[in-house]
Amino acid sequence: MTGVSTLVSAIPEAVAAAVEATVARYRQDPHYILQMLREIQEACDWIPPEAIDGLQQALHLPRTKIEGVAGFYAFLYLRPRGRYRVLFSDNITDRMLGNMELLRHMCERLWIERGKTSEDGLVSVDTTSCTGMCDQGPALLVNNYAIARLDRQRVDEICELIRNKVALAAWPRQFFRVEDQVRREDILLGGAPAPGEALAAGCARGAQALLEQMKASKLRGRGGAGFSTGLKWEACRDAEGVAHYVVCNADEGEPGTFKDRVLLAAHADLVFEGMTLCALAVGAHKGMLYLRGEYRYLLDHLHTVLERRRRAQLLGAGILGRRGFDFDIEIHLGAGAYVCGEESALIESLEGKRGTPRNRPPFPVTHGYLDQPTVVNNVETFAASCLVALHGGDWYAAIGTSASAGTKILSVSGDCARPGIYEYPFGVSVREVLSACGASDTQAVQVSGPSGVCLAAADFDRRIAFEDIPTAGAFMVFDHRRDMFEVARNFVHFFAHESCGFCTPCRVGTSLLRNLMDKLNNGHGSPYDFTEIEKLNRILQAMSHCGLGHSACNPVLDTIAKFRSAYERRLQHKEFRPAFDLDWALEPARRMTGRDDAGAHFAKRSAEET
Amino acid sequence: MSQSFSIDGKTVEFADGQTIIQAALAAGVYIPHLCYHPEFKPHGSCKLCTVAVGGREIAACTTLAQAGMLVESDTPALNDERRALTQMLFVEGNHFCPSCERSGECKLQATAYDLGMMTAHFDHFFPNRPVDASHPDVLLDLNRCILCSLCVRASRDVDGKNAFALSGRGIKTHLIVNAKSGRLADTDVTLEDKALHVCPVGVFLRKDKGFTVPIGKRVFDLKPISAYVDATAVLAKE
Repeated sequence: MTGVSTLVSAIPEAVAAAVEATVARYRQDPHYILQMLREIQEACDWIPPEAIDGLQQALHLPRTKIEGVAGFYAFLYLRPRGRYRVLFSDNITDRMLGNMELLRHMCERLWIERGKTSEDGLVSVDTTSCTGMCDQGPALLVNNYAIARLDRQRVDEICELIRNKVALAAWPRQFFRVEDQVRREDILLGGAPAPGEALAAGCARGAQALLEQMKASKLRGRGGAGFSTGLKWEACRDAEGVAHYVVCNADEGEPGTFKDRVLLAAHADLVFEGMTLCALAVGAHKGMLYLRGEYRYLLDHLHTVLERRRRAQLLGAGILGRRGFDFDIEIHLGAGAYVCGEESALIESLEGKRGTPRNRPPFPVTHGYLDQPTVVNNVETFAASCLVALHGGDWYAAIGTSASAGTKILSVSGDCARPGIYEYPFGVSVREVLSACGASDTQAVQVSGPSGVCLAAADFDRRIAFEDIPTAGAFMVFDHRRDMFEVARNFVHFFAHESCGFCTPCRVGTSLLRNLMDKLNNGHGSPYDFTEIEKLNRILQAMSHCGLGHSACNPVLDTIAKFRSAYERRLQHKEFRPAFDLDWALEPARRMTGRDDAGAHFAKRSAEET
Repeated sequence: MSQSFSIDGKTVEFADGQTIIQAALAAGVYIPHLCYHPEFKPHGSCKLCTVAVGGREIAACTTLAQAGMLVESDTPALNDERRALTQMLFVEGNHFCPSCERSGECKLQATAYDLGMMTAHFDHFFPNRPVDASHPDVLLDLNRCILCSLCVRASRDVDGKNAFALSGRGIKTHLIVNAKSGRLADTDVTLEDKALHVCPVGVFLRKDKGFTVPIGKRVFDLKPISAYVDATAVLAKE
């Protein structure tokens, strides 16, 4: 604490206090700059220039570095955005549940324009990428706290609270209730060993034997890529470094995915215990859980669990009384950047940088956090590793299919009677899941989110498994009422919003693709635009820096292939038409002048004349 | 020990630790590039230097050369993709070559000509980007910025000033300067800074000097960029 206050001088008092507190909390370590910025915003409602002055002085960082980081994350504001910052989740599932109608209603009630801060500086309303409440949407975030199950009445109540300037802490608690909605349990969600049980089993086996069991279990990463967890741990252990690190990827940003939210809410012990087992296996002393900013509401709960585990000797120095087994976990909160789910971008973000994916190789197992050997695994992977420690590798490998051992937790949302969490052994067919969740008249299922695959009825007998349909967990159901073009257009907007902007093909290509889809939507499409989409796809797949760019065209290509009629309806022209439409461009002028007669329309007039 | 690989059938020698583009340029084999600069750590963001090895496309600036590699670079398919990338760079910014002081000395323009780019092809974004004329000696025109981060790297690694950084995200990524006011005049940037002399386009212009070499007689007016063994060095001398 000493020294900090003298460093921060000549800035407004409240801001200075916020800066001082957060800088002290993170021991003036510039690697925690993202956490400091986040905490300053929580205290000040935005990040005022004076706060950056303070950070600059206290951390000896150039201003460019701090502003560069702050500017990257969607939830950090370098300009005032109101005391209440409302962000409607804008996944396609929220759209299907009427989020845009509710957003318009809120804007009308509050007399504000979407995306702009009210003149009195009280409130702003906008949209954000999927907040992981798809099974209980439509949802929003207010100052990063989630409110699910919105309806008109709830929106009216929120408007009242905002207009009366009621502090968020005094809002009705039930607004913030998030349900787990676990609909099918299997070995992971159903077992729930007591805290410490798996760790004791792992310790009894010893680090080397635990690694052998992990390999024998054939457990593969649950984030979607499916790399062998045992091999990853072994490669990290064998890599030389001054320290080894364990990182849990809880940046669950793929639209339609919310299983990590439930694991962290209901089984946090299992997740932390898996991280501790990994630490035992690779010889790490520090672990970090990177929690997406949308799950801010889980932070206090997770800290409570960590504290309880420390008291129970399951974390800290001398875990379970074993000398030298020292390991602790800290939680880093993200701030609205999907790309940080990519493991090297996540590490950059942990280090307090912009979340830009690194050039690879080298991979994190040898050069990860602070360039040291690092295991990055998904929340579900760590949880599953506890079962391997408890029951052994062979037991685990016998569940699921030969190439996909164990179970998979699916986040089911969209058009079905029972959305929520379903845990199945790998190998379950899409049709079985559809039947269990009460889906009828199903037109399509988007598995693994926008970057995954869109399945039509002919694919419903295919199986959830790495060798058939690999998935990070999202399972969005669309019945025949839905327009699959709109689904794809929503996903394309998502990728354009979340591109990190580092490489040319993805930065520009995702925006070009978004514009093309909007062009089709606006009735200016022709077959020419189809060839343009295919051309963009080739460039994005071949030249992009990371998976975001590689998969950005998937939803469009999939839906063109499987639901061509949804596109053909929009191809109103045989020959190329420009996206720009003069009459349409006159619309703001018509609105301003209150005119809508023939003389105020370019196209109509010229059509009459010719 | 000399090791070699091949680019488009031509044998190129390399030393351990050299990337494909380093070895290629040293051997006089041109691979298009914008964010790569021999004096700085490779960045790998513009993707112009994308080549194909074993059917997979990779950035030549960040990939280490390996003995026996068969690299394809000057192929119609790759050049089509590179042309599309230059078109993307043209439409995302505001590039008005005829009125630009850097015409003929601009790597983006020269690369586009060399790749046979005849139109911008995509719809222009026409972004609203500021021009900062506050500095007594230097005009900062962000309309032309292609986000290669060379000035960022040069200011940090050579000038020791951290005068520049990228902020924002995605299509809203933009260059910022190290001043609370956001004005170049309030930074410690001077004309001598390396950062002002590595820009592949025309973001930084000297105020007191212009058109000393008339348009038509500039380096890339005389020969296409691919005909220079080391275009970066030639530009630095200008």
